[in-house]
Amino acid sequence: MPGKLKVKIVAGRHLPVMDRASDLTDAFVEVKFGNTTFKTDVYLKSLNPQWNSEWFKFEVDDEDLQDEPLQITVLDHDTYSANDAIGKVYIDIDPLLYSEAATVISGWFPIYDTIHGIRGEINVVVKVDLFNDLNRFRQSSCGVKFFCTTSIPKCYRAVIIHGFVEELVVNEDPEYQWIDRIRTPRASNEARQRLISLMSGELQRKIGLKVLEMRGNAVVGYLQCFDLEGESGLVVRAIGTACTLDKLSSPAAFLPACNSPSKEIKEIPFNEDPNPNTHSSGPSTPLKNQTYSFSPSKSYSRQSSSSDTDLSLTPKTGMGSGSAGKEGGPFKALLRQQTQSALEQREFPFFTLTAFPPGFLVHVGGVVSARSVKLLDRIHNPDEPETRDAWWAEIRQEIKSHAKALGCHAVVGYSESTSICEEVCILSASGTAAVLNPRFLQDGTVEGCLEQRLEENLPAGCGFCHIPYDELNMPFPAHLTYCYNCRKQKVPDVLFTTIDLPTDAAVIGKGCLIQARLCRLKKKAQAEANATAISNLLPFMEYEVHTQLMNKLKLKGMNALFGLRIQITVGENMLMGLASATGVYLAALPTPGGIQIAGKTPNDGSYEQHISHMQKKINDTITKNKELYEINPPEISEEIIGSPIPEPRQRSRLLRSQSESSDEVTELDLSHGKKDAFVLEIDDTDAMEDVHSLLTDVPPPSGFYSCNTEIMPGINNWTSEIQMFTSVRVIRLSSLNLTNQALNKNFNDLCENLLKSLYFKLRSMIPCCLCHVNFTVSLPEDELIQVTVTAVAITFDKNQALQTTKAQVEKSLQRASTDNEELLQFPLELCSDSLSSHPFPPAKEHLESASSNSGIPAAQRDRCSSWIELIKLKAQTIRRGSIKTTVTVEKASPMGEGNFRNRAAPPCANSTVGVVKMTPLSFIPGAKITKYLGIINMFFIRETTSLREEGGVSGFLHAFIAEVFAMVRAHVAALGGNAVVSYIMKQCVFMENPNKNQAQCLINVSGDAVVFVRESDLEVVSTQQPPANCQPLCTGGEVTT
Amino acid sequence: MTSELDIFVGNTTLIDEDVYRLWLDGYSVSDAVALRVRSGILEQTGATAAVLQSDTMDHYRTFHMLERLLHAPPKLLHQLIFQIPPSRQALLIERYYAFDEAFVREVLGKKLSKGTKKDLDDISTKTSITLKSCRRQFDNFKRVFKVVEEMRGSLVDNIQQHFLLSDRLARDYAAIVFFANNRFETGKKKLQYLSFGDFAFCAELMIQNWTLGAVDSQVDDMDMDLDKEFLQDLKELKVLVADKDLLDLHKSLVCTALRGKLGVFSEMEANFKNLSRGLVNVAAKLTHNKDVRDLFVDLVEKFVEPCRSDHWPLSDVRLFLNQYSASVHSLDGFRHQALWDRYMGTLRGCLLRLYHD
Repeated sequence: MPGKLKVKIVAGRHLPVMDRASDLTDAFVEVKFGNTTFKTDVYLKSLNPQWNSEWFKFEVDDEDLQDEPLQITVLDHDTYSANDAIGKVYIDIDPLLYSEAATVISGWFPIYDTIHGIRGEINVVVKVDLFNDLNRFRQSSCGVKFFCTTSIPKCYRAVIIHGFVEELVVNEDPEYQWIDRIRTPRASNEARQRLISLMSGELQRKIGLKVLEMRGNAVVGYLQCFDLEGESGLVVRAIGTACTLDKLSSPAAFLPACNSPSKEIKEIPFNEDPNPNTHSSGPSTPLKNQTYSFSPSKSYSRQSSSSDTDLSLTPKTGMGSGSAGKEGGPFKALLRQQTQSALEQREFPFFTLTAFPPGFLVHVGGVVSARSVKLLDRIHNPDEPETRDAWWAEIRQEIKSHAKALGCHAVVGYSESTSICEEVCILSASGTAAVLNPRFLQDGTVEGCLEQRLEENLPAGCGFCHIPYDELNMPFPAHLTYCYNCRKQKVPDVLFTTIDLPTDAAVIGKGCLIQARLCRLKKKAQAEANATAISNLLPFMEYEVHTQLMNKLKLKGMNALFGLRIQITVGENMLMGLASATGVYLAALPTPGGIQIAGKTPNDGSYEQHISHMQKKINDTITKNKELYEINPPEISEEIIGSPIPEPRQRSRLLRSQSESSDEVTELDLSHGKKDAFVLEIDDTDAMEDVHSLLTDVPPPSGFYSCNTEIMPGINNWTSEIQMFTSVRVIRLSSLNLTNQALNKNFNDLCENLLKSLYFKLRSMIPCCLCHVNFTVSLPEDELIQVTVTAVAITFDKNQALQTTKAQVEKSLQRASTDNEELLQFPLELCSDSLSSHPFPPAKEHLESASSNSGIPAAQRDRCSSWIELIKLKAQTIRRGSIKTTVTVEKASPMGEGNFRNRAAPPCANSTVGVVKMTPLSFIPGAKITKYLGIINMFFIRETTSLREEGGVSGFLHAFIAEVFAMVRAHVAALGGNAVVSYIMKQCVFMENPNKNQAQCLINVSGDAVVFVRESDLEVVSTQQPPANCQPLCTGGEVTT
Repeated sequence: MTSELDIFVGNTTLIDEDVYRLWLDGYSVSDAVALRVRSGILEQTGATAAVLQSDTMDHYRTFHMLERLLHAPPKLLHQLIFQIPPSRQALLIERYYAFDEAFVREVLGKKLSKGTKKDLDDISTKTSITLKSCRRQFDNFKRVFKVVEEMRGSLVDNIQQHFLLSDRLARDYAAIVFFANNRFETGKKKLQYLSFGDFAFCAELMIQNWTLGAVDSQVDDMDMDLDKEFLQDLKELKVLVADKDLLDLHKSLVCTALRGKLGVFSEMEANFKNLSRGLVNVAAKLTHNKDVRDLFVDLVEKFVEPCRSDHWPLSDVRLFLNQYSASVHSLDGFRHQALWDRYMGTLRGCLLRLYHD
């Protein structure tokens, strides 16, 4: 009996009227856990009942504690007929099961009904008493911490990063059970919600067990998804990275994890293989398994499984590799050996992390991905997980071998996804092939001296760009140059990755969101024919998506993509591809060449003219973009670079019938403009369209930036205002003009218009950046396209941004060994100041703040043209320093009005609802996360049979999403938190039937509940709190929380 | 390509003040879009009309969802669905309960019933305020009325507590509720020159001095109903004009005191008896509901108009009224000094406010 769960029902408020006669409600509550149910007394005739119940005690196994949600049902007592349910609250008690997280769940929870939505609130207190259990063969994994955050959580230190954990559970979908024909929609929805909640709990417990077996104590980058397979079942699957984390006593002491206290723990790689591989691509799935994988610049394909895809279509051009020779060589080899030995013990050396402790990531090879088309109705034993396990194992094997081919032994930024339409399912996995520092993977395997020397050999800010593969034995033809930063190692000309930009990376200018969008029509077909058609289309789509990405990247004048996510969605009669990534200019990589257009019929005069006109437009765009994103790479003469790499001009231009692209070989000519141009041949209208679509992407209005990564390169002076949002659009295609082109245009317009709307809506936040922009495409019906976007808008201080970028560029130029810690934490420190200067500093004092620490030394060296400027800089720094001490004075002045409101927001006297921030990022600008309270993983279904009355589809979904946010916030607040970080809406499945006036929507969200403290508050604590901090009425800017 | 569904939901609910105003003013989405286009927002932001349309729809939907909560503002504060900073909540409430001067003048003193609601069409045409906006304002009046009637305690406090309005707006609502409850006539042509502010000023004075609450703070409706006993007692004042000696004495006292101080002395002297009779008769008639309703008509007819026709300056009116009420204290034969003060103190304030062009 290892746990006692205690629940107390305190009160309710705002209950709906259940008795029309009296306009009141006789409410009581049922508290259910497992098979035990308690009831409160009936509180007669009130919409605000005060039950103040006794403590209901459940004595349960910790296994149940992990699996089962606490179920609270509010009912209206009826003497004569059956009691009417008002609604339910499901509480996941997992956060109470580990010591460092929440100790009590207490607060107001919205009472939710799947038909009526939120109907009032209920105040509940939940506690758990856990007894220590020494049973070695236990089934529970209480105490393993889960984080959605895909980096090491802020107040922890990674002792060991063990590696990949995955699990998958299957169940029959209640919607498809026979009983569903006779039960009410409400009962069916609740059965589904409960089932998914149970399955999530079970999944988490099983993953926890695996972590314990690996001697870890936490899962980071936990990503759980569910697949609604329909008839064949409901799958809940999860992946994550097992780690051993140490809590940092003081978050300030965030030391790199070198010389980690060597623990006795030896890793025991116990990866029970759940895949007997019996059903793999055998008879159950007669379809061939098709997998594609991409190296950074070009698609490159290594097919291990059988495939009849036309291989020749995947271009064999690519990027180059740096030699493992010279100084770094032997160590590199040694390192590889050791890491390999550490990693080879693992079945899958995958990491779901996208950001890493300093020194963890050694080299990055490029993006690897694999897809496979499966038929769901061919699963032999749909209720068992074996078949799906085998499918995924196959794909992971694929990924692993691709990584190997790139000279990498690990895959980072790894994720998996599915797209299901009827009985066809596309499974996708992607990640970034990488070489990792074994230090974190296993303790005590690497001697200290080696570490030291390695460190010396890895120049800051460019090491990860250096190619991991052997130059002489390249997996694919590539174009290599010496690193522009350290001049020692080879780098490719472009780099595609799925990870976040490393914090120490030397970047020039700002980044921007780059999207490739593509639709392909497909004939409606059944089963195998359908799957074959899809399989045949996939490589074309992948290829075109990549071409688009490459073109757009060049058009932006950038040379690397981070956070690349390619989503392929399958519908009845079409396939959609949407790739999002953040383009940046890495200082270590060569300047990208322009794009050249080649006409097919050079004799035609007007055509020629048209071509040259287009060419001019493209060139102009590139120049404009360079200006916009502040990409001013330094001009470097060849002497500094040293001798050009003796590279044979072995590659010829590859021009294909379609508008294809390839690299052109050039000398190391670094002047702008005539660098290796990317050639687009225009030989038909299709190609013309492509070029046009390239140019139709409108840059965001001034003051706006966007990216899909955690942090925006070039901006690091965030102010505290954040606004997380979800936007959903569905368009209906007119079936008449369904050609690929029209479809592409529609889809493109849909995405562009959506972005434009976002910029317009958030215009009051300028200057601001949309971070972690996450697009999801689904095809709910024949002619419907649904796009869901979740992102966060963060304001920043424009003046400071300019300074820091400059400083950074200089730093990278000087090859100053940047302390990446400083880079990482410095901007955070600044936020307290920028807070007081928000919205815009009336005085210029803040201008130089960013450069006060790091900027000046750099500026000192060469940028400052005169010493006067330098003195000015210094003076400003000093002045700034004095401001800091008189913070309160400034706040009391009318200047700090914006700040006033910010401060007034949380503790305002007349509001009883605490503010809970939500963000898809792992941090909160201007604040310190002091505690992680546990994972939030919620699944909701909402259904209506009165769609018109609820404001149509828009009204229905708008209300539902607002309710989901509210429920997430309420749970976080009840845990004692004030924010959700790494928030993600993993699924938003919307179905409508306007003729029947019905609609249904399923939403799955997750994130980490945290407690954060404003850095300004930390500062102010020492001084006096400004006396008046409540303003009755203000008309000014938004206070966004 | 048609947009089937288009929504934006922020963790913090976005409130666009301009769109909120358009919504409150009762414009349809298309009208609102047209008005926004005319405001030059497209040029400022580089947005397209489609973006504006989608944005406006979105805000309207949000406001529509918020409206239910705005009907009971404390709910807006405690609800969990929309995360809105307190300052914005206050703004939403204040604006929602704000009303148009032109509209309130039309319904002030009318019974807040279905019948009046049916006349809103005419009011809308007359005031060129959209019918939707008229309905909202009318429903606000009615809702506040329903909530605070039969409630104990100060009217303003009750309104403020249940609707979280600013002090000024709560006072205005108190006046509206008071007028609606007592059905004071304000629509007559004679009264058209008076603003809502004039009436609200009078209402406040009357609530302070003439209601049940003025003597007893523990009764229901204390600030809404006039003190019946007091109104009955007012008959006693009649002696001031009925008793010829008393009237003469009163006149001579006033005239002696004001001689040389008043620009319109002779007119005053000539009119004294008429004015005094008017003011006292108004008091004596207040026992009848009908006459209570006509209070303002009577005051204007019996006092404001005669003085105005003789071109009394406001300062003279003030001097006269002060002296007129004070002199009664020197009338030995008059026993209802307290009653007189309660009546005249308020009336003097009202008359001074009502006395303008």
